[in-house]
Amino acid sequence: MSIGLLSLIVIVLAVAGYFAGRRLAVSKVAGDIRKLHSLPSYYGQTVFLFTAVPALLFLAAWLLIQPLLIESRVSAMLNVADVPDGSSVSLMMTDVRRIANGIDLMLAKGGLNSADIAAMRTDLTDVRGRLAEVGVALGTNVTPAVFAAGKAYHDLSGTSRMMMTVGVLALALAGFVYAISRIQPEFRARNVTEAFVKVLLIGASCIAILTTVGIVLSLVFETISFFRIYPAKDFFLSLTWNPKFGGGSDLGIWPLIWGTLYISFIALLVSVPVGIFAAIFLAEYASKKVRAVAKPLIEILAGIPTIVYGLFALITVGPMLRDYFAQPMGFGSSSSSVMTAGVVMGLMLIPFVSSLSDDIINAVPQSLRDGSYGLGATQSETIKQVILPAALPGIVGAVLLAASRAIGETMIVVMGAGAAAKMSLNPFEAMTTVTVKIVSQLTGDTEFASPETLVAFALGLTLFVFTLGLNILALVIVRKYREQYE
Amino acid sequence: MTAPSTNIPVPAADFRPSLYKTDSRTKRRNAAETRFRAYGIAAVAFGVLALVVLLTSVLSQGLSAFRQTTMVMQVELDPAVLDKTGNRDPAELGKVTTITYGRLLDDALNKELAGKGLIPEGMSARDVSAMISKEAPAQLRKIVLADPSKIGSTISFDAWTGGRIDGFFKGRVTMESAQLDSNVTPEQLQLAQAMRDAGLITMPFNWAFITGPDASEVRPEAAGLGVAILGSAYMMLIVLALALPIGVAASIYLEEFASKNWFTDLIEVNIANLAAVPSIVFGILGLAVFINFAGMPQSSPLVGGLVLTLMTLPTIIISTRAALKAVPPSIKDAALGVGASKTQTIFHHVLPLAMPGILTGTIIGLAQALGETAPLLLIGMVAFVRDYPGAPPEGFLDPASALPVQVYNFTQRADPAFVERASGAIIVLLVFLLAMNILAVILRRKFERRW
Repeated sequence: MSIGLLSLIVIVLAVAGYFAGRRLAVSKVAGDIRKLHSLPSYYGQTVFLFTAVPALLFLAAWLLIQPLLIESRVSAMLNVADVPDGSSVSLMMTDVRRIANGIDLMLAKGGLNSADIAAMRTDLTDVRGRLAEVGVALGTNVTPAVFAAGKAYHDLSGTSRMMMTVGVLALALAGFVYAISRIQPEFRARNVTEAFVKVLLIGASCIAILTTVGIVLSLVFETISFFRIYPAKDFFLSLTWNPKFGGGSDLGIWPLIWGTLYISFIALLVSVPVGIFAAIFLAEYASKKVRAVAKPLIEILAGIPTIVYGLFALITVGPMLRDYFAQPMGFGSSSSSVMTAGVVMGLMLIPFVSSLSDDIINAVPQSLRDGSYGLGATQSETIKQVILPAALPGIVGAVLLAASRAIGETMIVVMGAGAAAKMSLNPFEAMTTVTVKIVSQLTGDTEFASPETLVAFALGLTLFVFTLGLNILALVIVRKYREQYE
Repeated sequence: MTAPSTNIPVPAADFRPSLYKTDSRTKRRNAAETRFRAYGIAAVAFGVLALVVLLTSVLSQGLSAFRQTTMVMQVELDPAVLDKTGNRDPAELGKVTTITYGRLLDDALNKELAGKGLIPEGMSARDVSAMISKEAPAQLRKIVLADPSKIGSTISFDAWTGGRIDGFFKGRVTMESAQLDSNVTPEQLQLAQAMRDAGLITMPFNWAFITGPDASEVRPEAAGLGVAILGSAYMMLIVLALALPIGVAASIYLEEFASKNWFTDLIEVNIANLAAVPSIVFGILGLAVFINFAGMPQSSPLVGGLVLTLMTLPTIIISTRAALKAVPPSIKDAALGVGASKTQTIFHHVLPLAMPGILTGTIIGLAQALGETAPLLLIGMVAFVRDYPGAPPEGFLDPASALPVQVYNFTQRADPAFVERASGAIIVLLVFLLAMNILAVILRRKFERRW
């Protein structure tokens, strides 16, 4: 039974439960609803909630855990001795999954029944050819062990599906019966419903925690397995980044960190002065009309997807910088460079710096300005000597947030900075960043369990820690040094 | 103020004979003031200029993608070629390959050229037929297979020209560049120009760019966005269906029920932190949890939608809480006063009044999610997908692409014609974003209440 149909059945049952519960409550008091503790619809709602929610949660949990269980059962069937040279258990598991999927298709399209499949043997039938007929391509011929594992995988997932369907329906029915049996005129249906809803609300809030836990766990676990096959010392201390397909790669993080910091530095060099001056102008000098036009225009820059900036770097800024700066001045002939990515990222960050600084400058009380003007200071002197010092912590916070954006930005550097891991001072040379390498290591065709792929998780963890640290620092600075005005 | 001002000693050097005469120090200060102001104006101008340059660059590169160079020709669907047995059996018709249809198109083109008196000078028959897109025979075949009764008649068919001819009329390919290019000859371009003058080549609006599927590296003229738009739409549906209820529920709890304790603090810190986590980290999460752990299919809109949901949640929660906070306490007090329970007060009174703000925040969150690329790259959406995903809910598991990822895909290909396609795709993306933002503004203008 498909998952869509199953959840539909549960929901239909729950809706039926709502009406049944409501009716039952009304009939128990012979239509005189004043005798009920709660309004009749609350009795219906308890039935609805008890029927639908546990069953659907069970369904979701099962779908998450089922593949894991099956996988571990089936991979235990594969002997290490069966693994051919140049392959691994995880590669064989891919084949096993494909075969299981192929068996499904053979049953559906190939005109075979389950007895045929059970009787099918690799030494008698051309299984690979058969699978290819239904559109499942396998790289190698099927060995008996793998095919047996594939059959087991198929059978197990069938049984598991069956158990899931039974479990979900049983849970829904049990909830239905339990909720119906509780309906009495004195049953506090509203309180029960409200408590139930409150639990659901708390559950929704916990998704934020779960997401963070998921991020940290997935990063940490894969990073640990990376350090098991690749020495941590080399990762943190080596100055070369040179992944190779066949193994024996150098995976030192420093060239990537250097590229990341260099590009972010240039981005901040562009965005901080422009952003702060724009904020000062908009907050202190601009008339209402100018502000109403210019502020949204600059903020549009923040709403444009980064892929657009990436394309802009690739087709406009990169070639322009190369033709007018790098080549005439003899700095190189690469259109993707630190400068390209940095300048374009700087444009993207202008609104981050300017909006936050603008808010902070506006929060400085008018009395400070008036005091300064009263002493004879000009407007610019007031800004430089009174307003900016008062707003400084906030502005530093804004700059740090912009820096954290710059470090975590992906598309602009993927399309503008290049892929060569180098540690050079020349800003017109192509360099690469942590995010670029995460993308390239995880979208390649390398096997998942190899250090070349797993290094992406170590890079991701580094990135996560870096940006988290910057964000916390920004918050601390803003909180600690914020002037309290009454 | 007892001391008369005349008693204050005035330093001789700074002595000002008259208020009307500015001294050097005042001049300096005024100049500094003007300069400072000019920096501010320059900064704002720089920001606005950056926006204008960015948009004009994309528009100028991409608008041409919406027009497609097309040859209008009368194709005779010869039954002797297409259906040798004459019984219109679909199975047999299906065996006729695109090579055969290509020959039909060549004949038709030659006939059209002869009809207009255009003689392809210095060109082999191969060069002439190379002007037609390699996609055109497949399209003709599709038309015939869809309606076999057309065999035997002569139909009017719009055949796309090859990518280089297309580029010639869009200014991307010139006679000089053609000389160095192995894919096109100057003679072909001259003939194309003559055909254009004779009305054989037109440039109509290119619907196939918006609805068609992606095409391979060598057929930039056929590459479309249909699969990507559908994939993005599926993901937006999932994000809307998950992020809106979860976000609203979480906001209600945090804003209305939660007492101040360590648990609430933990949730608040987590939400603030998630809003600042780089998007690519969410991609890693999706890869590790949804694909490797839960075994969901790669490059499916379901996984993409889940990842984007987690990314969008903080945005929706923050704006929903602001909207809930804006509802005045007097309304709550009144409801509680006439005997409503706390839950009733919130669901019957506060939530409906906060709805416009919530919807505005949701649309802005969706717009953000629509433009997000990096996490989708990691969950396998970069794969080349030509088949449209099926109808939901099963279609949520089919491989699909997404609009921003399609842009990235186009830029990774060697043929310069794909730059035009990428910019065109950006225009489509920006139009969607603009529409969503305008909708948000309208909602806010129309329903926002000032208490």
